[in-house]
Amino acid sequence: MKYLILFAALFTLWMVWSGIFDAFHLSLGIISSALVTFMTHDLIFRREIHPYAFQEIIRFLKYIPWLLYQIVLSNLHVAQLALNPKMPIDPQLVKFKSTLKKDVSHVVFGNSITLTPGTITADIRDGEYYVHALSKKTAEDLLNSDMEQRIAHIFGEE
Amino acid sequence: MEDFILGISIVMALLAMVVLYRVVYGPTVLDRIVGAGVIGTKTTILLCLMGLIYKRIDMFVDIALAYALLNFIATLAAAKFFRVRKSIMPGAKSFKDREMGR
Amino acid sequence: MTTTLSILSAVLMIVGAFFFFTASIGMLRFPDFYTRMHAAGKGDTLGAFLMLSGMALYNLHAGFTLVAFLVSVKIMLIAFFIFIANPTACHAITKAALDAGVAPWTMKEGKK
Repeated sequence: MKYLILFAALFTLWMVWSGIFDAFHLSLGIISSALVTFMTHDLIFRREIHPYAFQEIIRFLKYIPWLLYQIVLSNLHVAQLALNPKMPIDPQLVKFKSTLKKDVSHVVFGNSITLTPGTITADIRDGEYYVHALSKKTAEDLLNSDMEQRIAHIFGEE
Repeated sequence: MEDFILGISIVMALLAMVVLYRVVYGPTVLDRIVGAGVIGTKTTILLCLMGLIYKRIDMFVDIALAYALLNFIATLAAAKFFRVRKSIMPGAKSFKDREMGR
Repeated sequence: MTTTLSILSAVLMIVGAFFFFTASIGMLRFPDFYTRMHAAGKGDTLGAFLMLSGMALYNLHAGFTLVAFLVSVKIMLIAFFIFIANPTACHAITKAALDAGVAPWTMKEGKK
């Protein structure tokens, strides 16, 4: 099953990037996609595909608009700070513990922290996050936000 | 519209010049790496804009993707290299260890 | 129709250029490495995304053919890749700086 999904994804990418649809190029695509599938099948999917995968994808797609809104907010925040002649910043390192368990939710949470206003993830070690915040207010906003619950909800970790 | 795209390209090139200051005078090596990464992102955009100007976007888009991939891998490799060497600030303990009292 | 597309893509490109501009100014003006990472990691991501979306729209204005559509899909794939790769690279470099002992700038040191 996971071979088939990986092969389909690779072959779709091949067709998009080549853009030529004659028999020769398509057969080249099939050969190379099969080869790459054979070589990397245990690299791409670490865990078995479980029945909730489809639900996770749907929930993740619902999460993206909120994330885009946060990204726009954070860019406006940086723009306002960069153009302000006084530059009212008070940077600090914050450490907190997260209850997330799966690797993929750590990845999504870390990238989301980087993309939300005024905070970037510096290090993740054993579920402990080191976050650099531009001001005290943004750090408190991060600690009070419901982002962690949202991500736990996406990947079914309640 | 062609003139507009040319104008945007010139703006991007000028912004790359601005970031070049950070690459040349950056106080630490990591500042230079970040500056180079930012210039690389701008170059990806510039390649796509050039494709629009020369009306060969189908060709330039592949080059832009290869450039984006290379830029990402170069940044990651540099970060890894300088993390292992601990040579950016000689004598400085890791800030995290100092904070935790380890 | 074509003028609407052109105007929309021009607006997207101008907004993207504005975010690139603020990211560059931030790279120059922020006081230490970590705050510069804020500018580089965020401003670049959204700027590149907006610019590439504008280009993908502009590419369709000459006529909606299969080749033009595929090229637009490719441009959006680059945007998607930058969207994932930029925060990751930002995180890797920040982690390297933290391990190597680059001290963060704080309010107190600035006043001293």
